[in-house]
Amino acid sequence: MKVILRNPRREIEIEGRRRVHALLVELGLPRESHLVIRNGTLVPGDEELDKDDVIEIRPVISGGF
Amino acid sequence: MKCRTCRGPAIIELPRHNANFCAEHFLQMCRRQVEKAIHDHDMLQKTDRVLVAVSGGKDSLAVWDMLVELGYQADGLYIALGIGEYSEESREYTERFAQERNLKLTVVSLRDDYGYDIPTATKVTGRVPCSACGMSKRHLFDKAAVDGGYDVVVTGHNLDDEAAVLFGNALRWDVEYLARQLPVLPSRHGFPKKVKPLIRLTEREMAAWCVIRGIDYIVEECPMAEGNRHIGYKEVLNLLEEKSPGTKSSYYLGFLDRMVPVLAAIAATGADSVTPCVQCGAPTGGEQGSVCAFCRLVERSAAHEPVSVELIRKKSRSQKRVQAEASKK
Repeated sequence: MKVILRNPRREIEIEGRRRVHALLVELGLPRESHLVIRNGTLVPGDEELDKDDVIEIRPVISGGF
Repeated sequence: MKCRTCRGPAIIELPRHNANFCAEHFLQMCRRQVEKAIHDHDMLQKTDRVLVAVSGGKDSLAVWDMLVELGYQADGLYIALGIGEYSEESREYTERFAQERNLKLTVVSLRDDYGYDIPTATKVTGRVPCSACGMSKRHLFDKAAVDGGYDVVVTGHNLDDEAAVLFGNALRWDVEYLARQLPVLPSRHGFPKKVKPLIRLTEREMAAWCVIRGIDYIVEECPMAEGNRHIGYKEVLNLLEEKSPGTKSSYYLGFLDRMVPVLAAIAATGADSVTPCVQCGAPTGGEQGSVCAFCRLVERSAAHEPVSVELIRKKSRSQKRVQAEASKK
């Protein structure tokens, strides 16, 4: 599957199927600070992602005060 | 995963509530949390004229969206900070949001209206970028609210923001800052009332609100906030939250319930001697006849030739390298 990461924006390819939370663990991305989006829709942690999916993993932490 | 409310398919899990939600009931949960914050802290009345401080990020656009949805009369104020492409892009998101919903948006440009920008002010002051930025924004939001006859200024500070600030204040045991870290600052001495309706919602929930509601916002981090202290505090708190869901809300909301009353006497002291700035008339804590910090910043920064974002980032990275090497010795 194609995975789009942000800050900075980049794309990586992951071989095979994965559940959402397994993918986040594999990439070392905490669930509390990321959302997984497929076709503009949020995908919950237990959902299986298909090898042909295009997904965005969006960080949610912002910093300025 | 099923929605706690309707048992339909869930789209998001919220371990801190030990619950999963579908889109409809997630939005309902968010609205209820905002209504509870507004009610519990007496933030807003339906008759208030509200000015929302918008940045083009998820939190400020989400709170504007929610307040309009809940029936408040809310206009927006965006400040163009002059932080290169980041500022240009965030302005586009904000203007598009307002146009699509037919909402009133006022734009103030630091460069066009005051002759400086945040990278230049950072270079002139020699302090961290968030310092000049925060001070400029506070001053201009206050001014716009007073000049425009608004009853209250709304900011998009969420639970993560407040927990991170609390964490920083507690690490330094800065008792005066702790005493004043409140979700409502009442109108006094010429300053407008300021409120934070998102204190019961996390950043992840606010980003999810935007995705579900189809709100495009600037996802990229402010290039000048990169690696700042608050982001580090948030990462630490999120590690605790992963191990023990609900930590952030019990930390911050517990502070409001149990520590704020203890600190009330300290909050009531100080900052009573406020005089008008001799240049702009804004209230300032200085002595009679003094110039406020904002006017001093404008004077110094506008006299300096414009500085690029990249120059400030390069300097900041090299300072960090020097500090890291010094700490190894």
